[in-house]
Amino acid sequence: MRTSTFDLTQLLTILPQILLVVLALAVMVFDVATPKAKKRSVGIFTAVGLLIVLLFTLFWPISNQAAFGGMLRDDGVARAFQVIFMLSGFLVLLLSLDFRPLPHDGAYYAVLLFSILGMSLMAAAENVVLLYVGMEMTSISAYVLVGYLHDTVPSPEAGVKYFIFGAMTSAVMLYGMSLIYGLAGGVAYSQVAMVLRGTPLAVVAFLMVLVGFGFKVAMVPMHFWSPDVYQGAPTPITAFISVASKAAGFAVLVRALEGLFPGLINQWIPLIMAISMVTMTLGNMLAIPQRNIKRMLAYSSIAQAGYVLIGVTAGGERGITAVIFYLLVYVVTNVSAFAVVNIVSNHVGGEDIEEYAALSRRSPFLGLALMVALLSLAGVPPAGGFVGKLFLFSAGIGEGLIGLVVIAVLNVIVGLYYYLNIVKQAYMVRSEREDEVIPVPAASRIALGLSIAAILLLGIFAAPCYNLLSSLVATWF
Amino acid sequence: MDFPFLSVIAFTPAVAAILLLLLPKESKTEARVIAAASSFFALVLALWVYFTYDRSAAGFQFVEQVNWIPAIGSSYHVGVDGISLPLLLLNCVVAFTGVLISWGIDDRPNYFFAFLFLVVTGVNLVFVALDLFLLFFAYELAVFPMYLLISIWGWKQTRAYAAMKLTLYLLVGSIIALVGILALYFQAGLGTFDLLALREAGVSAAFQKTWFLPVFLGFGVLAGIWPFHSWSPDGHVAAPSAGSMVHAGVLMKVGAYSALRFGIELFPQGAQFWLPYIILLTLVNVVYGSMIAMVQDDFKYVIGFSSVSHMGLVSMGFATMSQAGMNGAALQMFSHGVMTALFFAVVGMVYDRAHTRHIPDLGGFVKIMPVAAVAFIIGGLVSMGMPGLSGFIAEVQIFLGLWQARMVAWWYPVVAALASLGIIFTAAYVLRVVQRVFFGELKAEFATLPDITVLDKVALGILCAILIIVGAFPTVITNVIQTGVAPIVTLLGGG
Repeated sequence: MRTSTFDLTQLLTILPQILLVVLALAVMVFDVATPKAKKRSVGIFTAVGLLIVLLFTLFWPISNQAAFGGMLRDDGVARAFQVIFMLSGFLVLLLSLDFRPLPHDGAYYAVLLFSILGMSLMAAAENVVLLYVGMEMTSISAYVLVGYLHDTVPSPEAGVKYFIFGAMTSAVMLYGMSLIYGLAGGVAYSQVAMVLRGTPLAVVAFLMVLVGFGFKVAMVPMHFWSPDVYQGAPTPITAFISVASKAAGFAVLVRALEGLFPGLINQWIPLIMAISMVTMTLGNMLAIPQRNIKRMLAYSSIAQAGYVLIGVTAGGERGITAVIFYLLVYVVTNVSAFAVVNIVSNHVGGEDIEEYAALSRRSPFLGLALMVALLSLAGVPPAGGFVGKLFLFSAGIGEGLIGLVVIAVLNVIVGLYYYLNIVKQAYMVRSEREDEVIPVPAASRIALGLSIAAILLLGIFAAPCYNLLSSLVATWF
Repeated sequence: MDFPFLSVIAFTPAVAAILLLLLPKESKTEARVIAAASSFFALVLALWVYFTYDRSAAGFQFVEQVNWIPAIGSSYHVGVDGISLPLLLLNCVVAFTGVLISWGIDDRPNYFFAFLFLVVTGVNLVFVALDLFLLFFAYELAVFPMYLLISIWGWKQTRAYAAMKLTLYLLVGSIIALVGILALYFQAGLGTFDLLALREAGVSAAFQKTWFLPVFLGFGVLAGIWPFHSWSPDGHVAAPSAGSMVHAGVLMKVGAYSALRFGIELFPQGAQFWLPYIILLTLVNVVYGSMIAMVQDDFKYVIGFSSVSHMGLVSMGFATMSQAGMNGAALQMFSHGVMTALFFAVVGMVYDRAHTRHIPDLGGFVKIMPVAAVAFIIGGLVSMGMPGLSGFIAEVQIFLGLWQARMVAWWYPVVAALASLGIIFTAAYVLRVVQRVFFGELKAEFATLPDITVLDKVALGILCAILIIVGAFPTVITNVIQTGVAPIVTLLGGG
């Protein structure tokens, strides 16, 4: 399947990615040209630019072709994920504009864009080597971003932890990939898929690669980094890692399980199912005792990944569509939650759940936004999380995974308990400072308004989005 | 395309809720007016639908159907039949009277009414839903805002505990039922969530026997079936008055209604197998609920446990699987809804003035609030099953149904005999409360308390009037209910 001739039209299939690079370079140039006092305009420039690229990516026709000798494929699944990454990036940029401790320089924004670029490649990769390059591009950018607040203690500490854990898992994955190369004699997905069968060595290789994916998704037992990193990272970056990075992990997981390891299907189905159960249960259980809201949301994100894994296990058109739909809902939901955290901790200077007492009196808008976000995470209608979970669960039951769905359902109830405890803080508990109004800065207001609207729209009118995703996924099969 | 009555009724409170959430917190009067006007509007429409429903044609009427999520075979499909129609009306009545008696709420009334109306929207949708997906959406929507109502405006001492307990109980129940319904969806293999289609799906008897129990009991949690009732007295007591009215008055009917419509109707063979045993649980409800109510010292707990007891009669009526029993149960849902709303309204009025609900500390309240006392006594008579009031018509039919169904299992007559004990206990606790709270010596500290407001009197008047009208002219409602019950009885193979 090697095409030796290089055809310029192939560039058209990766035009969204090219635009991302152009934007990143433009941001760096713009940064140099901007005086120090006006650095905030770099952020606005990046956000607007990314929004344009996002809209372009949304409407650019999908060629559905492999490009660059089968390195990547521009198909519906890849495109859906790319839009999700860019959407997360755009919302996170808006949050970053209001994050006070952040030094507004071009590097931050450019690195964020490179991270999105890496994710876009991950989602489209059909070649083990490109997959690795994409993952490293994403990860290295993320290490930098997590440790970006050099003059505080927690942020660089979190960055180092993230780096050590990430580098380790990445090394393991790379070793697994080398085994795959040894077994299959190639690195293209199609080539590997034809050769790889459930031999012990192939299973070992699969497990090693799964370690790398699991790190991105934060699934048990590769989740240890996430609470510390979530807590220490600048809040907008926490949001970014919790949504975009996780979604990218799922993109490669979905593509690799179906495209790279179809020969190991008898091994990976029970394994992913078990991981799904453990991930959601552990995440929910450990979220209950948390006092710091970012740590709580970290464990909650682990649990959410567990739910998504139901769709991965179920697979097929219905399962994958459910996965992507849920991730879309999850992006706007988690970004909303972190947007509120961002504003509140900027204002009160702490991240303890107690600080959220009487939030609805201090800012009815923030109270409502936080409630909608938490209810969506919990899966209460009319929020999108309800429909999303229902799609995942029904995909699971449709494939006969009744035990898995029952466990998920029990987990939803556990989840509701700790989400409601925060709603209780915000609505019921009184506070001495309840007359002190918390102002909502403009950019966050836009981000929150958009996300909350999206949560409710996806929850009430799920059909257009679901149908679109379903047709995109159908092109892949 | 006719005027979409049901959608307008269902979504009026939702639109009002959005308006209320957007109001600034200073505009308290505006909030109250919006709440009263919108709930009155919905009530008028519901009355219109109720009286124009074609009783001779029966079946589902005022049907609307729009595609919703075609990919999974779910549509926005609504309609009312003889069982859901009275409940829809009930909900609108309780919502309107609930707003009237909550006029005095001063802490963020716009939020209070908004959350109350979200519950009302959810309940409306449950009663009109003919699509299981829509039902679930609405069911969860109805349950959740209750958490906020209780935890923000509830009774300070127990609200955090009661709100969480209630929410988790109801969620566990509904989610168990959800798994059952998803199982049915895939088993039927029709790729649709439509109630009418699934009713015809003809899934195997073995499947029905396995899945009837989770679905019926899952919904039954909200109907307060023993031993899953313990959230209910706590929840009712901790809730603010209008919250208790909606909760005990309507929300518990959502549980009973869903158990009937989606448990019994979709799994008739499962129902035939299990209901003779479930009737024993409902017997415990009736007798145990009324016994516990008898020994409560807290006025509101008496009413809370009385709901457990009366809702037991509803489930018992269903479990007879006979025309009379089901008629009685459906009427009991309506009658109990109005009656218990009345009770909780009066309890709230007493508590708001006396700041205690401890029965031994109260007494002589007839001197301060004669109208409330009279209303409570009327409610009490309904509760006891006094002839000439709605409760009598309902309960007589339930017992009649039990005798009719005596061929189902040998213990049905025994159940009937024991359940009548519950009626005696009911008389005892009602009379005890009436005597201790409203009659007797009025304490000096209460002598200067003000009477209830005009709006309170209007609300109580509406509720009393309904109880009396249904008692005096039962056909107003029974001929509607009959049309709804008959097809279900046929489905269960009885007559």
